[in-house]
Amino acid sequence: MLEHYLSILIKSIFLENMALAFFLGMCTFLAVSKKVKTALGLSVAVVAVQVITVPLNNLLYQFLIKPGALSWAGYPDLDLSFLGLISFIGVIAASVQILEMFLDKYVPSLYNALGVFLPLITVNCAILGGSLFMVERDYNFPESVVYGLGSGIGWGLAIIALSAINEKMKYANPPKALVGLGLIFITVGLMAMGFLAFSGIQL
Amino acid sequence: MAKFNVKQTLLDPLFANNPIGLQILGICSALAVTTKMETALAMSVSVTMVILFSNLFVSLIRNYIPSSIRIIVQMVIIASLVILTDQVLKAFAPGIAKSLSVYVGLIITNCIVMGRAEAFAMKNPPIASMLDGIGNGLGYSFVLLIVAAVREIFGSGKFFGEVVFPLVSEGGWYQPNGLLLLAPSAFFLIGIFIWVLRTFRPEQLEEQ
Repeated sequence: MLEHYLSILIKSIFLENMALAFFLGMCTFLAVSKKVKTALGLSVAVVAVQVITVPLNNLLYQFLIKPGALSWAGYPDLDLSFLGLISFIGVIAASVQILEMFLDKYVPSLYNALGVFLPLITVNCAILGGSLFMVERDYNFPESVVYGLGSGIGWGLAIIALSAINEKMKYANPPKALVGLGLIFITVGLMAMGFLAFSGIQL
Repeated sequence: MAKFNVKQTLLDPLFANNPIGLQILGICSALAVTTKMETALAMSVSVTMVILFSNLFVSLIRNYIPSSIRIIVQMVIIASLVILTDQVLKAFAPGIAKSLSVYVGLIITNCIVMGRAEAFAMKNPPIASMLDGIGNGLGYSFVLLIVAAVREIFGSGKFFGEVVFPLVSEGGWYQPNGLLLLAPSAFFLIGIFIWVLRTFRPEQLEEQ
């Protein structure tokens, strides 16, 4: 049983890396990858939000939205799955807001470090993508906790690695037209190729 | 903005202010759906429609939205439009809807939609906002279709599912480049696209 969860964790960190294999959360990924310190703050926030929202959305999906999920309330034929997207994004926006207020009150140092990134997470596709993949793969509650943790860590790992490479890249001397965004894309491509090496792992 | 320039609003996002090339918006979905022309086209049309209507609706009610809750209002409008798109795709093109999988839903968090609503539609009249939506949709589609064309032609020797280069495995002569069907190639292609774009548009160069 433990192996099953471990395999979900490893798979979501390395094999099915949110950023490098599914291209999720790219906008923030590319915009915030200049310094290791900010990247670290952002990845902590993403992991936290992912661990909260994926299981929360899982509960919501299982008990309210899934076709026939409302049978406990006497509506066995009701199919509310078209409401999935809007309720997931609602849950995400609300939990980000609550997390922000909580951090502001109790952990102000972390709150200041994260700054503008926290509200940005609402529109980070990696978060919504996590919830949607959870639905597509039919994870149950404990699996969704593990999956949320793994996908958050995987995304964080990728952005920290990229920002470290970018810090070194400042000393490089690329063609003028490639400076900045173009070079970042090609670097990410090479990283994605590196992560492909994990795909041989059998779990 | 007293006099409003139709041509500029419509064509600027194609090259001068491309949402993917310059604004770094909406990249997530741009990369994931580009292994085939068919899915890229479906995605382009869906995103363009969503931007168009979200810009229109946000612009129509822009004077009634209190600024403190504007993000939520925009989000609800966008999410409803995306659900509509999702349902239409599922009903009329179930095959494509399946291959797009979660990425249709992810249009909600596609920063282009939100970004245009916030940056343009909140400040401009409805018609102008619609044109801005179409322009940005086209700028996005343009990149998407180029990347998809390269990946499908050289990755599997096909174009819209029609054989262009007969593959070696099917008795032809073309040995496909398998890497083009995998994730990294999308990054390289967009990187190269930006490189080319900026070579011809020196004003977009970044300071080192």
